[in-house]
Amino acid sequence: MNKKVNDFSITVGTKNGSGSSTANNTILRAIFKMGIPVSGKNLFPSNIQGLPTWYTIRVNKDGFIARQESNDIVIAINPDSFAKDLASVSAGGAFFYADDIKFGINRTDIAIYPLPIKSLVRADTSIPSDFRDLVGNMIYVGALAYMINMDLETIHTALSFHFKGKQKPIDMNFNMVKVGADYAKNNFEKKDPFYLEPMDATKDLIMTDGNTAAAIGSIFGGIQFAAWYPITPASSLAEAVIDYLPMLRKREDGKKTYAVIQAEDELAALGMAIGAGWSGLRAMTSSSGPGISLMTEFAGLAYYSEVPVVIWDIQRIGPSTGLPTRTSQADLTFVYSIGHGDTQSIILLPGTLDECFEFGWKSFDIAERLQTPIFVLSDLDIGMNQWMSKPFQYPDVPMDRGKVLWEKDLEELKGNWGRYLDKDGDGIPYRTIPGNKHPTSAYFTRGTGHDEYAKYTEDSDVYIRNMERLKKKFESAKNFMPKPVLREVKGADIGILAFGSTENAILEAQHLLDKENGIKSDFLRLRAIPFTDEVTSFIEKHNQIMVVEQNRDGQLYKILLAEYPQFAMKFKSVAYHDGLPASATWVRDGILEKYQKAESEKQKAEAKKNVNGANPSVKSSKEAVTKKKSTAKKK
Amino acid sequence: MVTETTLPMAGAPSNVNRAGLAKNDYRGNPTTLCQGCGHNSISNQIISALYEMDIVPEDVLKFSGIGCSSKSPTYFLNRTFGFNSLHGRMPSIATGALFANAGMRGIAVSGDGDTASIGMGQFKHVMRRNVNMIYIIENNGVYGLTKGQFSATAEKGLQLKKQGENPYMPVDICMEAIISNATFVARSFAGNPKQVKELLKAALSHHGIAVLDIISPCVTFNDQATAYHSYAWGKEHEQPLHEISYVPPRNEIMLEREMEAGEIREVALHDGSHVILKNLEKGYDPTNKEEALRVSNISAQNNWLLTGLIYVNPEKPTLTDTYNLVDTPLSRLTESDLRPDKAMIEKVNALMF
Repeated sequence: MNKKVNDFSITVGTKNGSGSSTANNTILRAIFKMGIPVSGKNLFPSNIQGLPTWYTIRVNKDGFIARQESNDIVIAINPDSFAKDLASVSAGGAFFYADDIKFGINRTDIAIYPLPIKSLVRADTSIPSDFRDLVGNMIYVGALAYMINMDLETIHTALSFHFKGKQKPIDMNFNMVKVGADYAKNNFEKKDPFYLEPMDATKDLIMTDGNTAAAIGSIFGGIQFAAWYPITPASSLAEAVIDYLPMLRKREDGKKTYAVIQAEDELAALGMAIGAGWSGLRAMTSSSGPGISLMTEFAGLAYYSEVPVVIWDIQRIGPSTGLPTRTSQADLTFVYSIGHGDTQSIILLPGTLDECFEFGWKSFDIAERLQTPIFVLSDLDIGMNQWMSKPFQYPDVPMDRGKVLWEKDLEELKGNWGRYLDKDGDGIPYRTIPGNKHPTSAYFTRGTGHDEYAKYTEDSDVYIRNMERLKKKFESAKNFMPKPVLREVKGADIGILAFGSTENAILEAQHLLDKENGIKSDFLRLRAIPFTDEVTSFIEKHNQIMVVEQNRDGQLYKILLAEYPQFAMKFKSVAYHDGLPASATWVRDGILEKYQKAESEKQKAEAKKNVNGANPSVKSSKEAVTKKKSTAKKK
Repeated sequence: MVTETTLPMAGAPSNVNRAGLAKNDYRGNPTTLCQGCGHNSISNQIISALYEMDIVPEDVLKFSGIGCSSKSPTYFLNRTFGFNSLHGRMPSIATGALFANAGMRGIAVSGDGDTASIGMGQFKHVMRRNVNMIYIIENNGVYGLTKGQFSATAEKGLQLKKQGENPYMPVDICMEAIISNATFVARSFAGNPKQVKELLKAALSHHGIAVLDIISPCVTFNDQATAYHSYAWGKEHEQPLHEISYVPPRNEIMLEREMEAGEIREVALHDGSHVILKNLEKGYDPTNKEEALRVSNISAQNNWLLTGLIYVNPEKPTLTDTYNLVDTPLSRLTESDLRPDKAMIEKVNALMF
């Protein structure tokens, strides 16, 4: 049997709330610490306890760590999903299961490893009975570790991290890992080809989740105010802000330079953040689709009254409550023109963990510079799953607080200023901040029609002038947007345009398309809307642009059609929406389908042209047209 | 075009107050509300109260939602920052804004629709958080800007031409405030300017949320209806509400004589209907919450509008008090206060796995 080293997937099927996440994260972290590229995706139900949940780990020496659709190793702990889990193992794969599950096993094409988890845990009388199920998960960690050569030392490191150095739970769990490993050693004969071997590919990387990265980034951006309302998959972002602020913004006098408040709903959460942003604080909120829907009216107010605020949308799949624990990129068109009337949103699109960190701080600079809501569209996959990442980089520029007039500025201007006056010709006005003591500092902010001096007006000309200035501001915004990430090869046949967490799947799909189908591709990963010049030149340069995204309707595709009508025929929509983290397979298959269709249409068109070329009737019809034109001219 | 009328002048500002400001420094733009609207009287009392309390306009923030009442913050304190927000959402804007300047006081103006209907949720939560602001409800029982629909404070049985009879019990804003743990709850009548001003001054002295439910009759849309607690039954309705486009000039309703403690008095409104005001008894203890709820309940049963300071708890910390904020207003903090040192990035990366 050929060994398969550092290139396979592991899926664990357990019950939600059974404590398996500790075990699964331990496997993931241990492999990461062995220096091998790895990813882990938690495919969990909207439930606290009882429903089936899966955790899938991808190990890949070449760094392709998008979710793998086939399961090489399956660990089945949940009787409810046992049959499905058994059927899901790829031929030649391995199947570990809790042997108290009494189902017949009818497969002979896979290696079977039954684990007496319950009796092994009971044998250790030092474990309190209510801990047995939790700790029992470590049996499969240990057995798996032995069978695939996972380093027990790195497992210990992972457990120490998880339990924050608390010796008792570390020991209790690690002992069970050893029991599992010993059992495997004494009872199993290796019949599968999967092995781990230490590598050197992850030593400069960190591992965390996007919501934590975003929270810490926000703190390095000087966050002063956050208001939020609990919602999956965004809650952990606000909770990480609460968690890290005391350490990162500690002061000698113990006083605080920030406030975090849990609002009564998402309406109030954004309302509070806008109040704080208006008052000069670096303010944010974080939510997901249903909460963003509630925030719509306030987003419109902030757009029109020009208040800086940052809104993180950790996208889950909709519409309505949708699948609350599944990932998606389906809020794009909604957020793009959120609210009634004419609006345009600034949208940042992080695709990696370090970008979640970077946009965490940068979003405040952009919000204060442009005085408008900044939406940061993350998603459940990047927000809640553990990812390998480059370490966070300290902000490379000082804070940009935007165009603010304080007392001395107003003194110099002799109080001669207008809140919505386009003094610099870039559509971005100057603002004063409440608490300014200059007698001319105050103005009245409103969501109703207003003139350059913030006075109420229903005058049509003033209304148009203001709306056109807001449009100009959106143009100016391009100067402050993060540039897209461009990966080019020589002689590319197609261009791929995408955003967000699909990057790994796309990189792997590009590799497959090149290797198996001979199609070479360039890849532009968008990081912001409005589109910058780099996006335009990428579109100009390619004849076919595959727009890859995780939603039903091809939302980015639609926006591109609207923004670049002159190139409409170049865009092909590759959209998919099963709620699971993107896999290379669907990206590849989707691109291939569109590519082949376009190729066959091209061939048909050429064939037609060739046939028509030999047909004199076409020529005469052409002549007829020319004739018609000339008669028309004479008229 | 909107009809513009000027505020009645309260005497030429010959003097300055202890803040060195003249009364004119507290004024706003000319009102665009109907002539005789009780809201204008309230705006005047806000101007007087702040002037007399020597409060600097730049130390206050104005907030409002949507509706006739919510327009009024432009009619006072031109030198004060203001935020006219969304319908029923003013409390959240104010809550966030006041974090930036914990030393500043909010003056918020809302209406019965803005507070008791669409804004009930935010109203209750701003009470329980004890945000440091005065929350004035200019309460007329109807929607004026949309030309005469019932609000949640309209009493059961009220007739409006287009709407028919109101079948629901009214929301009692003061009782709602008390049970939501508000720390200052008072009611008054726009036609009793002296009481309005005194309660405003008391509210300005209070540290925390101060609710002022001020009955402020609508001069236009009560015209054709049996109005707030009305006796005008059987009155002929001469024209349908939605056709009103001309608003006849009227005088504000004022009490001829101040009310005594415990006095019950009927006051005639523009359409001939009445409200019954009941002043709190002498010796009433407004710090007793049970008593506040008891007298409120008796008044509600009798259709009396209980006026005066109904409840106060001066001890409870405000929202921002509980946050242990730095002394400098948060909005004055700069990068050195807000961005962690460069060394911290290593520490954070080390904390990740």
